[in-house]
Amino acid sequence: MSAPNPAIAGGAALPVLKERGQREVFCGLTGIVWLHRKMQDAFFLVIGSRTCAHLLQSAAGVMIFAEPRFATAILEEKDLAGLADANEEIDRVVARVLRRRPEVRQLFLVGSCPSEVIKLDLSRAAARLSQQHGPDVQVLAYSGSGIETTFTQGEDACLASMLRAQGPSEDAGDDLLVVGTLPDVVEDQLQRLFDQLGVPVRFFPPRRARSAPPVGRGTRYLLAQPFLAETGLALNDLGARHLPAPFPLGAEGTRAWLQAAATEYGVDPARFEEVVAPAEARARRALAPMRERLAGKRIFFFPDSQLEIPIARFLAREVGMELVEVGTPYLQRDHLGPELALLPDGVQLSEGQDVERQLDRCRAAAPDMVVCGLGLANPLEVEGMTTKWSIELVFTPVQGFEQAGDLAELFARPLVRRERLKV
Amino acid sequence: MKLSVWTYEGPPHVGAMRVATGMKGVHFVLHAPQGDTYADLLFTMIERRKQRPPVTYTTFQARDLGSDTAELFKTAAREAYERFQPEVLLVGASCTAELIQDDPAGIAAAIGLPVPVVPVELSAYQRKENWGAGETFYQLVRACCPKEGVERLPRTGPSCNLLGPTALGFRHRDDVAEITRLLGRLGVDVNVTAPLGASPADLARLPQADFNVVLYPEIGEPVARWLKRNHGQEAVAATPIGVGGTADFVKQVAELAGVDPAPVLEESGARLPWYSRSIDSTYLTGKRVFVFGDATHALAAARVATEELGFEVVGLGTYSREQARDVRKAAKRYGVEALITDDHLEVEDRIAELHPELVLGTQMERHIAKRLGLPCAIISAPVHVHDYPARYSPQMGFEGANVLFDTWVHPLMMGLEEHLLGMFREDFEFADGAAPSHLGHAPKASAPAELEGPAAADPQAADPAAADPAAEGRAESLAAETAPSASASTASASTASAASASASSASAPEAPPSGEPSWTREAQKELKKIPFFVRGKARRNTERFARERGFASITLETLYEAKAHFAGRR
Repeated sequence: MSAPNPAIAGGAALPVLKERGQREVFCGLTGIVWLHRKMQDAFFLVIGSRTCAHLLQSAAGVMIFAEPRFATAILEEKDLAGLADANEEIDRVVARVLRRRPEVRQLFLVGSCPSEVIKLDLSRAAARLSQQHGPDVQVLAYSGSGIETTFTQGEDACLASMLRAQGPSEDAGDDLLVVGTLPDVVEDQLQRLFDQLGVPVRFFPPRRARSAPPVGRGTRYLLAQPFLAETGLALNDLGARHLPAPFPLGAEGTRAWLQAAATEYGVDPARFEEVVAPAEARARRALAPMRERLAGKRIFFFPDSQLEIPIARFLAREVGMELVEVGTPYLQRDHLGPELALLPDGVQLSEGQDVERQLDRCRAAAPDMVVCGLGLANPLEVEGMTTKWSIELVFTPVQGFEQAGDLAELFARPLVRRERLKV
Repeated sequence: MKLSVWTYEGPPHVGAMRVATGMKGVHFVLHAPQGDTYADLLFTMIERRKQRPPVTYTTFQARDLGSDTAELFKTAAREAYERFQPEVLLVGASCTAELIQDDPAGIAAAIGLPVPVVPVELSAYQRKENWGAGETFYQLVRACCPKEGVERLPRTGPSCNLLGPTALGFRHRDDVAEITRLLGRLGVDVNVTAPLGASPADLARLPQADFNVVLYPEIGEPVARWLKRNHGQEAVAATPIGVGGTADFVKQVAELAGVDPAPVLEESGARLPWYSRSIDSTYLTGKRVFVFGDATHALAAARVATEELGFEVVGLGTYSREQARDVRKAAKRYGVEALITDDHLEVEDRIAELHPELVLGTQMERHIAKRLGLPCAIISAPVHVHDYPARYSPQMGFEGANVLFDTWVHPLMMGLEEHLLGMFREDFEFADGAAPSHLGHAPKASAPAELEGPAAADPQAADPAAADPAAEGRAESLAAETAPSASASTASASTASAASASASSASAPEAPPSGEPSWTREAQKELKKIPFFVRGKARRNTERFARERGFASITLETLYEAKAHFAGRR
């Protein structure tokens, strides 16, 4: 199988229902929950309200054991009334954070809805603070506000801010850059595959924020996540070139994704088969029992992380599920072309959300499984539907050959559970 | 700007949601940006509610700001009414919407809906969750309940209202059941429980009761005051937590209702008094506890801890600034300084400094206690999924007192076990870190006051935090930032281990430049023979004793002098 040609993709033939209304989605601040785990020398300081702090605490759910590398500078009445100088306040809070966490090398000022509405210029504050605390600490700014970003778009904004700060490198070489946060275990597996293929690879974001790989004219990049529109533009601006491919979800997706790199780097096809075939066979073995459980089951996606389309493609093609509706908060055609080309004919896509109307459609369709956020899952279970909460798809290692079975299992488990319970 | 890592209370609109979600027939239209819908999961996941909260969010985005967010609100309000057909439409704004000043109240009034529209001003940049709940409840009562002209119903017996319980409350579900049952045994009917389970029509019936019971003053107090002012209803002030608190409550209710409290008090069903007097509980005597929570629960916990379990309160605090005065007054009674703060880092510092034997706190303190290797029980919101147990588990009433006994004693060693540990402390099986036998894993020995040299942080600990580099950074920053006495004992511990490593002199070495007394090798060795669960206290007391007397070093003699000095102060 060869990499799909993006020119024929675009999903023009697929019907897309565009909706506006109440959106039951997280804002971009939520990305901090995994970004701060990935980049262990980075600190995320939200300039926001008590709501922002409460969201992070609730989204982090279990209230992480150690003190997290994120915090909120909560705006108070005196900040809004102009009695306190915003820049002085930010300087004071940043200084306190850095005193408390001397190991921090990169600090992100993260914009929120209130900071955007009152037009705090966090980029300027970041530049000033970089001068003040540099070179040890670099300070960057991005917005994770709900008025501008939906859930995973927060990571996009964060990564783009890092790239825009580093500027083009003359001696970046021609390494492949894999872009988008992946769990370390997945990254290590992919690293081994690229090593065996002889493709020089670097990952972005890096595990330590200040050791980001240089990017320049020779750089080519593969996206590991489907929600990186801004990041892609920032990479292009640095002279890097995108390798269009489906995303590395499932056996088919992972093969096509690797193939895009192999083709670009001129890997011998025989060598490619030698490296990829055993892992792919293993993935297909893991998928076989899942297919028995899932084939023919009808699935409905509420919008959440933008992972919906690649996952729907995987579920339809590799375990035989039937797609009732695939909702996505934002349909990013530039990067999703190869995915859209692989979707079954006539599948109903929806972009944006009016949650009440979507619930009406969902109830009318009575699917076998609903993928939705945490606010909706239990109430739908009460109505007799089987649900899979979508945030787990973001926090669990699901990419690559070795995780293909796990990804399918996430969908099989709720069905198995429903069968088992006699209460 | 206030730096905040975790927060004890959510924003005020979450308080408003708790009221709306607890009630029937109320729908809340919240002007809020995309993302604020996260609050739904508090109710559906943490509390496991079976329905979504009755809240419609306008979820505006940046592009809407340029056009017409007011129009968006109007559409959302109209559609919410059509779809949900509530008896009352509550309208308000979250923090961001407050900034854009769209006037939800005016817009909603202008639509001309056939039901009452109740606006709430939530002051997101000044106020917090409990205040928001109290204010929303108050505005709903003012809108739904006549100011005058409601007759007390002719009933067979006296009746009261239960004010304050909401959705997402800490044990509200079971407290309401327990107190309703208790009132029933007294012959007192519950006229209306609100907000939890009440409809707008029920709010109109509030004045029919003879008096009010304010279960959660943080939320119910403003309504109780309004009812007193307009309908002359008295309110019971006692909080029915603990055996003593419940007995006071029963007496006050009995007086207002004109019934005899004696039968209920004689057959209370409380096992706590006997369990506390039984000899296994002797070991609870004088255990040093740190108490932190909302004001109502913290005050009640301090009383139960001292009067009903025989503990010693070494710290008392609250995040409810509105009730700070009561907590300060109580703290004075216990001879401690009240900690009034919503900064959990401050609470952490205080706990590390005091090194109590038990922490009675919120989920925040549970995490702090876990890091410090201290036993902990939860007494107050903020809530966690664990605070909605499947079983009946009230905090209030006599059954609630039984629950408190079990919950607070569970994290501790059993009496006989503690005794055996003391007896066999030379046995390797009873080495440092031996946990109560009914608890699965060992506590993490990372308390700064308990550092015993570099081996203190066990990298094999079964705690996920151990594998987290942040935890290490945390331990460092904690050591660097904790209050003087904690870092002082850290310093003296390392001085002592340095001294024993060099094995130079067994007799009084020089005092370190800090002026802190240092431990001689023998004294240090002797200290290690003291069971680990009282060693921190012994170390602290000895150091204090030596410091107060200006000793440069702590010898065997000093250790036992100090022991004698502090004897009987338990």
